[in-house]
Amino acid sequence: MSNTTTLPAGGGLHPAGRKAPRARRFGRRSWTAWLFAGPSLAIILVFIAFPIVQSFWFSLHDWRIGAAEQEWLGLANYERLAADPLFWNALRVTLVFALMSVVAQLILGYAAASALQSERLLARIVRSVYFFPTIVALATIGLVWRFLLDPNIGLVAGITTWLGLPAVGWLQDPALALPTVIFVSVWKNVGFTMIILLAGLKGVPPHLYEAARLDGARGWQLTRYVTLPSIRPTLLFTTMILTINSFQVFDLVYVMTNGGPLFATDTLVNMMFREGFQNFDIGYASAIAWVLFLIIAVLSAFQLRIFRYDDVD
Amino acid sequence: MTTSTERRPRVRLALPPTRVVAWILLGIGVVVAIVPFVWMVSGSFRTEADLYGAPESLFPGEWTIDGYIRIWTELPFLRVVLNSFIFAGLTTLLCLLFDSMCAYALARMRFRGRKIAFWLVIATLMIPAQVTLIPVFVELFNLGWLNTYQGLIVPRATSAFGIFMLRQFFLSIPTELDEAARIDGAGHLRIYARVILPLAKPALATLAVLHFMNLWNDLLWPLAMTSTTEMRTLPAALTLFGGQHVNDHAVLLAGATISLLPLALAFFLAQRYFVQGVAQTGLK
Repeated sequence: MSNTTTLPAGGGLHPAGRKAPRARRFGRRSWTAWLFAGPSLAIILVFIAFPIVQSFWFSLHDWRIGAAEQEWLGLANYERLAADPLFWNALRVTLVFALMSVVAQLILGYAAASALQSERLLARIVRSVYFFPTIVALATIGLVWRFLLDPNIGLVAGITTWLGLPAVGWLQDPALALPTVIFVSVWKNVGFTMIILLAGLKGVPPHLYEAARLDGARGWQLTRYVTLPSIRPTLLFTTMILTINSFQVFDLVYVMTNGGPLFATDTLVNMMFREGFQNFDIGYASAIAWVLFLIIAVLSAFQLRIFRYDDVD
Repeated sequence: MTTSTERRPRVRLALPPTRVVAWILLGIGVVVAIVPFVWMVSGSFRTEADLYGAPESLFPGEWTIDGYIRIWTELPFLRVVLNSFIFAGLTTLLCLLFDSMCAYALARMRFRGRKIAFWLVIATLMIPAQVTLIPVFVELFNLGWLNTYQGLIVPRATSAFGIFMLRQFFLSIPTELDEAARIDGAGHLRIYARVILPLAKPALATLAVLHFMNLWNDLLWPLAMTSTTEMRTLPAALTLFGGQHVNDHAVLLAGATISLLPLALAFFLAQRYFVQGVAQTGLK
């Protein structure tokens, strides 16, 4: 499986020169092929491709579910967004969330990966422990941390009180809520980042280290001049995934704070969910969705350019 | 990283100081990673009075299974657990079937429109589910599929990531194997079912674990597409219950513990597949 992994491990995404088999006479009738590809392509067309276009169409209307006629608004929803302080707040919250959590995850994930490269039992166990939160639902993690950080019943307040410090309402204080949610997100994702970076670290050829050591490189110099340049593709790849994922943050915020207090943790998706599914302002929510889509499309195009998934024969 | 040890004399009394510091930090990390889960399980066995009285304690002062009893009585809990299994299980199976069929066509068949089909898959890799949530909701509304199993399952029954990953895997299987089967008179269906799929078992297992985990854990999708407690999955039911019963801590922690159990169990039995799956996500 390792030879087909989509992960760049110290090299490009795909080994150069692997091509699809050449055309054959066998199976000329393409309806067989369409039977094979049909179910997936139909689902993709109906539930992903068409909706993305439809979403834009909605955003040009004052769209109401079930209404006989939808009022055409042109770009008014987007003008409304541009004038909506809550939208700029959500954009800022999302950017802060993405920037802080991605940087923290990269640093901690790299530290954990480079400290735990060994295949000895202890290192393997510690890796498993760090990885475990990755498989747990964000909804569960958000719930447990909401209680853990509760100033009355939470373990965190219990410990600070025991140490003689005041019990802090981490999620109730508008200044602390966003950093706290970011902390929990980082806590969950460090193991994920560690696993991806580990694959990169294992791909660094050992002879590079030997050569550098012969040249007198030590400690930090090895990291700076051998490790980091060798895993550059993996680092970029990881940064892109983490950034794209963090722009989509919803579960954690919805469960821990529902965007509050005072919209301090109101991310773009949370705002979209509120406008669409609580206020049923489908047109306005679709405009938010399209802004999000454009941001992610730019990031993804960047990712695609770097890693070339476009190797269709 | 472990270089310094090589140049040391054979008899060492202690680890080099940098290693000691590293292991202390790693140890703190282990505590920070584990304690929330220990607290979750222990909290599900505690009384409210105990939680308020001794928040600094990691373990129950007195044990009670009240939380577990109440989560069964206050929610249609069995139904919700069943919903989670139906949604995550059936969708995973359909995904594996459809993804592998589509991947087979893209990797092994020549047909008009193949390039377009491939590009469609690649392009949808980049569309997050959040962005299409509202139009899909409207589609399901028009189909009358809101709050139904088919509404939950069908739109999620394929994944561009799965197709892409399996196509890459199928391309790595030597075509000589297909040709041998073809000489024996096998058609595409047979080659797909008897040659390619058996060889792709590791990839399919990894993908199965990844899909099941993501679906089991998903909150936004079931939250948006269902409207009655009877149709909710675990994350959605617990989240909404938690929004109304803010102070039923033990009940919610009991629910959280139960919802974590199947994945935790699978993780201990087949960690490799989780790690491989997650290491390949990227494109989710």
